[in-house]
Amino acid sequence: MGRYVLNKVLIAIATVFVLATATFFLMKLIPGDPFANLKTKAAVQEKQREYYGLDRPVAEQYVRYMGNLLRGDLGWSLKKAGRSVVDIIREGFPVSAKLGLTSLVFSVMIGLLFGILCAQYRNRWPDYLLMLVAVLGIALPSMVLGPLMRYFFGVRLKWLPVVGWGTPDKMIMPAIVLGLGTVAGETRSMRASMLGVMTQDYITTARAKGLSPVQVVARHEIKNSLVPIVTGLGIRIASIMMGSFVVESMFLIPGLGRYFVDSITNLDYPLIMGLTIFYGSFLVTMNLLVDVAYGLLDPRIRESGRKGD
Amino acid sequence: MEKMQQPLVFREDDFDRLPPPSQVDEAIVRRQTTYWKDVWRTFKKNRTAVISLAAIALLIAMVLFGPMMNEYDYRTNDYSALNQSPNAEHWFGTDNMGRDIWTRVWEGGRISLLIAVLATLIPEAIGMIVGGVSGYFGGWLDTLIMRLIDVLMGIPSLIYMILLMLVFGSGNIITLILAMSLTGWMGSARATRGLVLQIKARDFVTASETLGASAWWIIVKRLIPNTLGIRVVGITMSIPSVIFYEAFLSYIGLGVTPPTPSWGQLIKAAGENFRYYPYQFIIPCVMVGVTMLCFNLVGDGLRDALDPKLRG
Repeated sequence: MGRYVLNKVLIAIATVFVLATATFFLMKLIPGDPFANLKTKAAVQEKQREYYGLDRPVAEQYVRYMGNLLRGDLGWSLKKAGRSVVDIIREGFPVSAKLGLTSLVFSVMIGLLFGILCAQYRNRWPDYLLMLVAVLGIALPSMVLGPLMRYFFGVRLKWLPVVGWGTPDKMIMPAIVLGLGTVAGETRSMRASMLGVMTQDYITTARAKGLSPVQVVARHEIKNSLVPIVTGLGIRIASIMMGSFVVESMFLIPGLGRYFVDSITNLDYPLIMGLTIFYGSFLVTMNLLVDVAYGLLDPRIRESGRKGD
Repeated sequence: MEKMQQPLVFREDDFDRLPPPSQVDEAIVRRQTTYWKDVWRTFKKNRTAVISLAAIALLIAMVLFGPMMNEYDYRTNDYSALNQSPNAEHWFGTDNMGRDIWTRVWEGGRISLLIAVLATLIPEAIGMIVGGVSGYFGGWLDTLIMRLIDVLMGIPSLIYMILLMLVFGSGNIITLILAMSLTGWMGSARATRGLVLQIKARDFVTASETLGASAWWIIVKRLIPNTLGIRVVGITMSIPSVIFYEAFLSYIGLGVTPPTPSWGQLIKAAGENFRYYPYQFIIPCVMVGVTMLCFNLVGDGLRDALDPKLRG
């Protein structure tokens, strides 16, 4: 187990390093100059470049950038004067995390429940109905579902606020839009996983020794079906994070996703870099935790890690 | 008893002359099926998958011929016909610049589907070659490539894609496909390598090696074709996610630039005034939804047909 975890940690560190380096050099290659502006004088623009260290050789900029990164300094935003990238993350991340986590927890739970029901009622109407929901979740990306929900629940029925942030009722719609894909994915994988488990010999044994159907499902089927679900969690977190770019912009939520989209349109280099690295490291850490959890759940995985496979 | 001990003597008429073989007895009663015919036979039983396949065929026909069905083109503005609801003249209505939505939807579909197909096949091909080389040669090369893939797969592909789009410049179909190709090959490489490891121990590979085939020839002509059958499900399933990526990049302003339409572009443009002109939004949404759904259902059908364990 120790080697397995160590291996995963080393890969995670390498990933973050490659990401940070790639981000730096890709940013240098981007066409367009954030200070190019007909209104300011050339001398002023020169001064601005000097102030942000952009007049230095690229190698020197890179070393300084990586050094700052290690100290947790991601630089200053170019467009939001006087605010550091770390400040922006500190302000936006809790908002995104609150929305994302709420959405994740609810959608995973609902998805698992749907998946269990589908598997138990295989090829009967509850299965068809819930798989229809799952299928719709695939066919409705957030940029489609968002405006539709805002129109029907916000404008027509006036049940929920159309945009905004701060009160619990404002979180319902964004959380649903963000989570529908996860519900769909989780329903499908839980159904498939459980159908696989249901034909195993140990289930027959459990029935034969006289456990009630509820006990068989609860103790044996669900528990064993959950193992592959854990590996999928990394993807679910990534998809929620990705969805947050659209959902936060759409519902005007002051989270990181919206800052990220804004920083792309504004060519705010340090903010793009900082957020990219932050998102990257965040997801790498999440995947690492998922991998470790998977190793704990399934002994076969950590054994295969020991052989250096 | 005594009879039995006599030596056996056979005469001519003890035997019947059988008809020559191959004519009747050895003829195979049922027609032979190839692997793919068998897959197709199983696939056909899945009604949803067949309907989805037909819907995809119809969609492809419409994006090819739809724009030719009326006299409008996708970029000409007509300020006398702004935001018209669907009518006899403009079948899907017009947008806020008086452009015909029927033409724009199919023209946009052509671009979205072109991106989807190319941005699926190109990374798949890259991944197959990398995975094939890695799996066939093994050793330090394999370790190196696999560790590289581990690292690259750790980077969220969307973020990487956004960075590449910023560098290459957005608004261009080619840069979109390039960015998606550079971020999408790792999964296919890993899967192909796994399959190659299984296949390369088989006799026909040894036979090719004995006959002096080069490594490249074995990888391209022997190993990769044998992985295709299993990879086809993955390929089908990745088309909807590419369609989603295209729509997503267009949504955050890194997709195809107007006036060139794509489904993502149309959804973004119409989402802003959905309240007033819902048809402008709903039509491209239905297209995206139906396309993503159909490819997924065809993928499901293919997986069931290809997997012997799931066959009824």
